[in-house]
Formats: sequence, structure tokens, C-alpha cells
Amino acid sequence: MPINYYILLSVALFCIGIVGVLTRRNAIIIFMCIELMLNAVNLLLVAFSKMHHLKAAATNAAATAGSDGQLFVFFIMVVAAAEVSVGLAIIVMMYRNIHSVDINFLNRLKH
Amino acid sequence: MNNVLNIAYWIPLLPLIGFLINGLGRKHLSKTATGIIGSGVILGAFVLSIWVFLEVKGGNTHDAHYFDFISVGDLKIPFSFKIDQLSSLFLLIITGVGFLIHVYSTAYMHEEKSEHFSRYFAYLNLFVFSMLLLVMGGNFVIMFIGWEGVGLCSYLLIGFWFKNQEYNKAANKAFIMNRIGDLAFLIAIFWIIAKVGSVNYTDVFSAAGLAKLKAADVVIITILLFVGATGKSAQIPLYTWLPDAMAGPTPVSALIHAATMVTAGIYMIARCNVLYSLDAAEITRNIIAYTGLATALLAASIALKQNDIKKVLAYSTVSQLGFMFLALGCGAYTAAVFHVMTHAFFKALLFLGSGSVIHAMGGDQDIRNMGGLSKKLKITYITFLIGCIAIAGIPPFSGFFSKDAILLSAYLKSPVLYGIALFAALLTAFYMFRLLFLTFTGKFRGTHDQEHHLHESPAAMTIPLIILAVLSVIGGFVGIPAVFAEGGDKLGAFLSPVIAAAHGEAHHVTHSTEYMLMGLSTALVLIMIVFAWFRFRNYQRSEATGLGKVLENKWYVDELYDKIFVQPLHRFGGFLKNIIENKVVDGMVNAVGKGVNYGSRQLRLLQSGQVGNYVLLMVLGIIVLLAIQFFIRK
Repeated sequence: MPINYYILLSVALFCIGIVGVLTRRNAIIIFMCIELMLNAVNLLLVAFSKMHHLKAAATNAAATAGSDGQLFVFFIMVVAAAEVSVGLAIIVMMYRNIHSVDINFLNRLKH
Repeated sequence: MNNVLNIAYWIPLLPLIGFLINGLGRKHLSKTATGIIGSGVILGAFVLSIWVFLEVKGGNTHDAHYFDFISVGDLKIPFSFKIDQLSSLFLLIITGVGFLIHVYSTAYMHEEKSEHFSRYFAYLNLFVFSMLLLVMGGNFVIMFIGWEGVGLCSYLLIGFWFKNQEYNKAANKAFIMNRIGDLAFLIAIFWIIAKVGSVNYTDVFSAAGLAKLKAADVVIITILLFVGATGKSAQIPLYTWLPDAMAGPTPVSALIHAATMVTAGIYMIARCNVLYSLDAAEITRNIIAYTGLATALLAASIALKQNDIKKVLAYSTVSQLGFMFLALGCGAYTAAVFHVMTHAFFKALLFLGSGSVIHAMGGDQDIRNMGGLSKKLKITYITFLIGCIAIAGIPPFSGFFSKDAILLSAYLKSPVLYGIALFAALLTAFYMFRLLFLTFTGKFRGTHDQEHHLHESPAAMTIPLIILAVLSVIGGFVGIPAVFAEGGDKLGAFLSPVIAAAHGEAHHVTHSTEYMLMGLSTALVLIMIVFAWFRFRNYQRSEATGLGKVLENKWYVDELYDKIFVQPLHRFGGFLKNIIENKVVDGMVNAVGKGVNYGSRQLRLLQSGQVGNYVLLMVLGIIVLLAIQFFIRK
């Protein structure tokens, strides 16, 4: 399967994520859109890693070629998990304080 | 050559030491100590000067090289002294007359506070130091240092009573007028460096040095030097500072007019006589002669109607300096130096005498308030009379010989010059005797208090007067013209090694012509004196009218300068202040301030506090960075 499809899918996912972040007001949905962007990147990394591996195998290179891309994916997942825990905690605190998760109510950051 | 010439550097050094002691210790020294130090160092310099003079007279001249003052590329400017006939003669005049003025000052300034008294003597010593540096310098740069020092000291001393705003203005005027001349002098030095590559007199005036100068260079350099001299020596058009310089204490006027300062210009041109004697400098010589003559005539005419005793003397100095420049322009350098010397004697005498009069009058300087002072101030009267006779030029007083030498040189150049110069000399006799008669004869015209206060000055003031009077009488005998005694012109013989064979100074006139010229001038001067006697014997106050009023107002030259130079400059300054400074410069500075203010007020709105806005901006920022990555960093 050509790499182009993976790239297009990733870009589509990423753009959906961006648009979601920019347009939605619900903090949880924004949060999910951010996860969407992260995973779009993960998908792309895995795809490139696979492609790299296949090319290396064709030329009888080392069997581990291209595996570093997949390693990155694990890193990103770990970081994302940590981020989710912190982010959700913030959202919970926000809900407790203003009884809403609408970010437009959250306009007192400048003070 | 182990003789006094090797320690000649002590001559200027002594006054410098005196300046430092008096200047730094002015709060601690008593008046007596200050007077002794101030006069003592000058006396020491005078003794050394006599010694040096005798050595030079014996035929020893000396070029002392101490260290390199400036060394840039090929140009080396040494700190060197040149001690020859010309400078040793000036040393004598400066230190000798200077010493007498110092002694006189100890009495004249005695009413000043101790601190100001010391300050006064410090300035006086610095003045003498600068002048000594000027005449002893072995190149143009050292001369220029002294030249500037003299200008500075004149400023300090004219404005000595700095609490009076008018005096400060007079000091500023003297300084600024001098600066104009100094600029020309400076350009002349640069020109010499550019063309000759050295500023040493010995290099510039040598045949090799002169060969490097084209005719045009000679004309430019000589004219620039002369412009410098007009500033320092108060010639048209830069003479107006000298009468205003009367704001200073009277002994300072004597010092400026007799021993230092105004003779600097004469010295400079006499020093450069090699340049001025070149055929190419013919035009400069003419300019000098006519400027000198015009100055002599103009100043003499103004002096006719002045009522301030010091102003009359000031204009007479300007006029006498004009005579000296006339002599320089006629190539009679010896005559000019001779007149510098005799003038130093009788002008110092007259100024110190006027100081004695002012002292007696309790500070009043208006001769219309005086009269009949001869009864109370006998010594002052007699010495003043001698000074007047000397300046008027009656034989055998000193002024006669030097003035006669100048008139003769003018006659040799052209009889018309002689006629005008003689007329100016007659005016001199007239106004000097007007001054004498108004001051010392007739009835006293001042207030009763002043009459009661009249008294002869103390010995510290009268003794210098007597010495100067003696010098004024006999000072002329060093330059007796050849018609009276063959070889009588000792001064000319003494100076001949440093004065180039002058144009036209060789005696083309027959003895009978010379006798006739002398007789004519003497007879006319006597007539003038008698005329002045009848005119001013019983002086009545009267308002000046017509020409007299013009003369009383000094031909309105100050007003003219004010209109032509001062007021346009003020207007230009106002334009710079109101338009350039207030509108343009301030406008730019304020615009920057206002711009930052406005910009920050607009940028502040970005800080909305809305999370959505922040995210949007963040995304836009990333896009911009990516765009840069793609399109620019390729």
C-alpha cells in the first residue's frame, strides 16, 4: 500500500484536530482533538517506520532498521497519557470552580 | 657651551611656579606672601633675562631642544626654545615691564580680599608665563601654545571682577575676537605643515624651506598669519575688544597693552620677517601697511573724544599698534620692534599713571570730573607728563626716535603714507595732551568728597612710575638714527642677524630730507600741544555734536558689528532653537515616545484572556514558522 494514503489520513486527522481545537468551546472536546492530533502524528510515524523497514529489508540491511520511529510512538503515548491525567485533573478543577467546561467562561487568565 | 642659555628654560618656568603656588595656595597665603612670590618670580625671570640678553649680545644664540612634543608620521614637533636677538629683547621687555607692573599691583589691588588677591597674581604670573612661552618658542606650535595662553589670561583678567556682568561681556568679547584671529593663525600653521613639513623656524625660514613654498602659498600664509596678528594686536577689523578690555584692573591693562598680549602680533610678524620680505609677499606687505595706517588713524580719531581716561589710552594703544604694523608693512621690522619697546615703556607708564589717578579719585575714570590734580599728585603728574611727551614724539624722548623711524620708513614707501601717518601722529599728540590738561590742570570738577580724598599713591606705585618715566626718557637712545650719530642705531645692529635685509630700509634719503622730516613732525606736534593747551586749559562740559558725536560713539563700529554679525547670529541661533531644536529634534524624540506608547496600547489588546484567542494565535504562529521553514530557509 503506497505511503500516500497514510500521509493523507494523518493530515486529515491532524486538520480535524486543529479545527476542533480552534472552533469548539467544550474543554473536553478540545482535549480530545489534541489527542487526535497526537495520534495523527503517531500514525504517520508508524507508517514511515514501516516504509523504512521494507526498503531496508529489500537491500538486506539490518533487521532493526526503521524501528526508532516506532519507539517514538511509545514515547508520545507515554507523554500523552501523563498529559491526559494532568489535563483531566485541570478540567475537573475548572468544573468545580465555575460549574462549566466552556472555555469562554475561562477569560480571567489575564488577571 | 656651559652658560646661562642652558638654563634659559627657567625664565618661563619661574612664573609658572609662581602661578601654581599663588593659584593653589590662594586660600592660605597672606597678601604679603602672595605679593612677594608673584613679583619675586618675575624678578627672577628678569634677572635671568638680563643674563641671557648679555650672553646673546656677546654673539651666542641658542636653539634648545627639550623633547618631542608631537610626533606623527614624518612630522615631528619638538618642544624647543629659540633664544636669539629678537626673543631676548622681548624677554627683557616682558619681564622688566612685567615686574614693575607686578610691584605696582601689590599696592593697587591691596583692597581686594586675600583670596582674590592671590587669584589676581596667579593670573598675572600665568599671563607672563604664556607670553614668555610665546616669544621663546622655537616653532610655530610652541608660539601658538603661548598665543592661546595669553588669550586665556586676558579673558580671566578682563573678567577679574566677575560679579559685574558688563565686565564678563567685555571678557567674552576679547576672547571671541581673539579666537577669530587664532583660527587664521592655526590654518596658517597647518598650511606650513602641509607645504614645508615642519614648523621649526629654522626649517621654515631656511632656503630649502622657502623653496618649497610657491608664491601663492607665501601670500596665503602671510595673510593668514597677519589675520592672526590683527586679532591679538587689535587691528582693523578685530580691534574693538581692546578698548572694552579696560574692564579689567588698571595694571592688567598696562600689562596687556605694554608688556604682553598686543605685542604678540608684532613679534610674530617680526619673527616671520623672512617670509614677509619675500617678493611674493608684496601684496601682504601692502595690506599690512594700509591696515596699520587705517587703524592708526581711526583709533586716533576715536581717542579725540573719549572721556574715560583708560579708554583714551586704549585707543592710543590701538593707534600706536597701527603705527607698528605700518612699519612692518613697510619692511622696517627693526623700527616696529623699536616702537614696541619704547611703547612698552611709555604706555605702561601712562596706564600705571592713570591707575594712580583712578586710585586717587576713588574709582572714578571720567576725565570730565577731574582737573587740577597736578597739585595733589605731583609724582603722578610729572611722570604722566613725561609719558605724554614720549608718546607725542618730542625729541629726545624715546617715542620720538621710534616714531621717527616708522615715519621715515613710511616716507620711503610713499610720501602719501607719510602724510597720513604724520596726521595720525599729530592726532596722538593732541588727544594725549587733551587728556593731560583735562586731568591735571585747571580747576577740579569732581564732587567735594573726591576732592577731599585726593592723595598721592604709595611708594609701591610711584616707584615703578618713576622707573618707567626714566626709561621713557632714555629708552630711545638705543636707536639713534644715523644722521645724528654714525653707528647710533645700536638696536638695528643688534637685531640685524635675525631681521632680513629689509626692502626700502636702506637709507635712500639724504640727510637734509631726514632733518626736514624730523623738524616738520616735531614742529607740528608742538603746535598741536599748544593748540590743545588753549582748547582745554579751561574745559567746560558741552554736549558733542556732529562729527564729535560720531567720534564719541567710536564711529558706531560696535553697533555696526552688532548689526552685521551679532544680531544675524542671534537670529540664526533663535532659528536653530525654535525650529530645529524645538520642532525637529524634539519632534523626533517625542514621536518615538508617542509611537511606542500607541503601539503598546494596541498590542495590549492581544492579551484578551480568552483561551480560544491564545490557541488561535499559537496555531498561526506555528504556521508562520513552518512557512519560514519552507520558503525562506531553503
